[in-house]
Order: sequence, then C-alpha cells, then structure tokens
Amino acid sequence: MIDWLPLWLSLRLALVTTVILFVLGIPLSYWLAYSRRRWKVVAEACISLPMVLPPTVLGFYLLLAFSPDGSFGRVLDHYFDIRLVFTFQGLVVASLIYSLPFMVNPLLAGFKNLPPHLLEASRTLGKSDWTTLRRILLPNMRPSLITGAILAFAHTIGEFGVVMMIGGAIPGRTRVASVAIYDEVQSMNYHLANRYAAVLLIFSFSILLVVYLINHHFSQSKAVV
Amino acid sequence: MNAPPVHLSFRATKMLHTAQGRQLFDVAFNLPQGLLLAVCGPSGAGKTTLLRILAGLTDTDSGDIAMGGDVWLDHSRRISLPTRRRPLGFVFQDFALFPHLTVRGQLEFALPKNADRSIIDDLLRLMELEELQHRRPALLSGGQQQRIAIARAIARRPRLLLLDEPLSALDDEMRSKLQDYIARAHRHFHLTTILVSHYLPEIFSLSDEVIILEGGKISKQGAPASLFPKDKITGNLRLTGEIIDIAAAGGLSVIHVLAAGTTIHVVCPAGEAANRRVGQTVTVAYRDLNPVICE
Repeated sequence: MIDWLPLWLSLRLALVTTVILFVLGIPLSYWLAYSRRRWKVVAEACISLPMVLPPTVLGFYLLLAFSPDGSFGRVLDHYFDIRLVFTFQGLVVASLIYSLPFMVNPLLAGFKNLPPHLLEASRTLGKSDWTTLRRILLPNMRPSLITGAILAFAHTIGEFGVVMMIGGAIPGRTRVASVAIYDEVQSMNYHLANRYAAVLLIFSFSILLVVYLINHHFSQSKAVV
Repeated sequence: MNAPPVHLSFRATKMLHTAQGRQLFDVAFNLPQGLLLAVCGPSGAGKTTLLRILAGLTDTDSGDIAMGGDVWLDHSRRISLPTRRRPLGFVFQDFALFPHLTVRGQLEFALPKNADRSIIDDLLRLMELEELQHRRPALLSGGQQQRIAIARAIARRPRLLLLDEPLSALDDEMRSKLQDYIARAHRHFHLTTILVSHYLPEIFSLSDEVIILEGGKISKQGAPASLFPKDKITGNLRLTGEIIDIAAAGGLSVIHVLAAGTTIHVVCPAGEAANRRVGQTVTVAYRDLNPVICE
C-alpha cells in the first residue's frame, strides 16, 4: 500500500517554497532588470549558481552552515531557537536557494521583454515605481509570472540531493517523495518505488503541459490582436 | 513693449554617443508660458534627447531646468526632480499605450488621486474618443492610438506637454486632423507645449516659435516666418520624379516622368532622350510653361 505522506510533504514543501519565492522573486528580478549597478552581474551569477552546481555540493555547504556546530547554525539555535538541519523549515530554506533561479530567470526575461516606454510612460504620468510595477508591468507579463511559479514548484517537487543532505529521511518531517523512492529502491521494494515514481512523472508532465498550454494561449491571443 | 515672462528655462550639456560618433549636446533656451515651441532638425541632432532631459528620463553632464519658478534640475546643487514629480505630459513616438487597459482605463490611470474625474469625459469628447472608450489600444488605428496618447498625457493636467514626433507615423489626412487636435488641446488646457517635428507644414500651422537643432546645438531660433521667410521662396516649380517610359514621336522623343502623383510628358530632342533611361530619377522644371528635365 502506498504511503501518501511523502507525496503530501513534497507538495507542501513545493507550495510553501513557491509562494515565498514568488514574493521574493518579483522585487529581485525587477532590481536585476532595471538597476544600473555594475555589481548586479555578481548577484545574477549567484542566483543562477544552483542551476549548474551539483545539488549535493549545495546541500553540503548548507549542512555546514546550518549545523549547530557551525557559527551561523549556533547563532540561529542560541538566539532564535531555530534548527534548520533535519527539519521541514530547513528544507524550505534550502529549497528557496535551490529553486531561486527557476523563479527569477523567467521573471527577469518577462521584465526585459516589456517595451521600455511602458515604465517611462507611467513615470511621466506621475506614478511611483510601486504603482507602475503593480498596475502596468506585472499585468503585461502574466506568462512569465505563471512560468516562474510553475517551474519553481516543479523543480522543488523533484528535489533530491539537497533534501538528502540537509533533511535526511525522517518520516513525516523530511522524507519527501524523491527520498521515499530512493529508500524503497535501497530496500529492493521496486513495486512501491515504481508507484511513487509514476505519480511524480505524471504530476511533472501535467505541470509542464499546463505551462506550455498557457504560453501557447497567450501567444495565440497576441497573434489575434 | 515688455517681453512675456519666462516660464521654462532650460540649459543642459551631455556627451551623446551617436551613429556618427561622439557629439556634444549643448542647448539653452527660455520659453514664455502658453507658447507652442517646435523643435526640428536632422536625425541625431538631439531633438528627442532634449525632451527626455526635460522629462528627467535622461541624465545630463551639467545643466539646470526651472519651470514656473520650480527647480527641476540644478547640477551645481545636485537637485534632480524625479520624472514622476515633474508636472508634465509626454507623448512618445511609439505612443507607449498600456496594452491591458481600455481607452478610458488609460485616462483613469493617468488621473492623480482625488482629482476631478470629469476631465476624463472632457478629454474623450475633445479628442473624439467617446465611442472607443471601452476598446483596448491594439484594436485601434495609428491615428486613434495617437489621440489616446495625447489625451492620456493631458489627463493629469500637466503644465508642460512634450510631443515626440507625434504625427510621423500617420498619413496626410490623419496628420492634418491630428494637428487640429493638438492645437485644440494646447489652447483648451492652457499648456506650454514642445513639439519635436521635421514636417514643415506642421511647424507652420502649430508653432509660435521654432528651434532648429543641428549637431546637438541650436543653429536657429525664432518665429516660423522669420526662419523660413517668404521672400526666400523660389518662384520656380521643380518636381523630382522617375522616368517610367521613353517614346519616339517623329524626330523628337517624349519622356514620361512620374512625379507628385501624376505623369508629366516632357518633349525633347531624340539625342537628349538617348542619355536617359527608364527608372532614372530626374528633376523636372517648367520653362516658358513647358516642362523640361534639368537634372
């Protein structure tokens, strides 16, 4: 019988991560798109680093940083009573870092593809940057917002290496679906591993299908206009 | 007679990087209230830069701008009012309409908080946009989009209206109509207006004063009639056109030239016609009421 808890945990982790990344990703990508500061390329490189880095490397450094034996982990533990190693909160923080480029890059492309005069026109109408972002820029980059949210969600669902390093496989707390598959294979329980894998496969495919359908819909409606 | 009080004073320098290389933009002028100033000149002369500096969309290397006693820019005192705090309206060359908003939505967005909303209906009526008010810009023609852009720029009741080549993308009929709309809006809302244009009829019909920019500097400034004096207008009619046919007629030749939307028949000796070919661009002048090819 399939245990739905790992799948539910994966879903919860992905939802929490996506909502937080959505809130953080918009101002961050806005700043990357419009800032004139030269060192923003350093920020861009840092944000994209998880795309090329092996997840175990990222997980290893996060483990060192969050460990109560390390200085950062000790400060969190001592002053804030927060433990990020082998906890769900730790998984969320690691997922935020790991999935950040999958949210920021589509949003950044969305901002850069907007006609430059939209921002300037809004400013000449006396509007603040906050009003311009909320009422002019974001409504005109809906496909990028949807793509960013869905990619970040799907990427978090499929996370394995970082989760293993930082969370282990504590049932109900850190044993997400990808880790459960690994555990079942280790136990030679291929039948159950296959069920978890099939659910993830169908789920991931459906999400990508939705992304492409939405983008296709937007490009069609633009073409009609 | 006293000169009218200065409303806008502008002085700015900036090093521009143009297709022709580096070029210094160095412009200074004063403008009395309620005047319509036309800025013309060749491409790359700095016309759009002038508007963008006024709007605070482009930085300067040095300069100062004051409007009706308010300082917008003062380099020496490190004052630069952000664009949104400058009471101006800007009509971009590509209109820059918001694709997701209806015509009425564009004007409502432009309206400041707590402003009298009746100006929206006034503008829709003035610019003859009432029937289009619930449509989105992508479904409208270039002329209609241009009227929306002008109405939107005026909705916040600016003191200065900046128009960047507002009529360049329109056909002759629409151009003439829109000149009326601009003149109407300028008078109705008591605006001080700066219009960038390279189209002479537009300058004559709309502007009180003209600045000609060349290479980033003012080469001429004054009333349109003083810059383009009537006594310098030639009495000879010259038309440039293209040869579309060359036919022999007895010992002579008839060259058919397509110019100004009509075909002109130029009769000339066969020897002269031998030097011409179909497709060649030539200038036709009238000598003793007969057309001749002169270049």
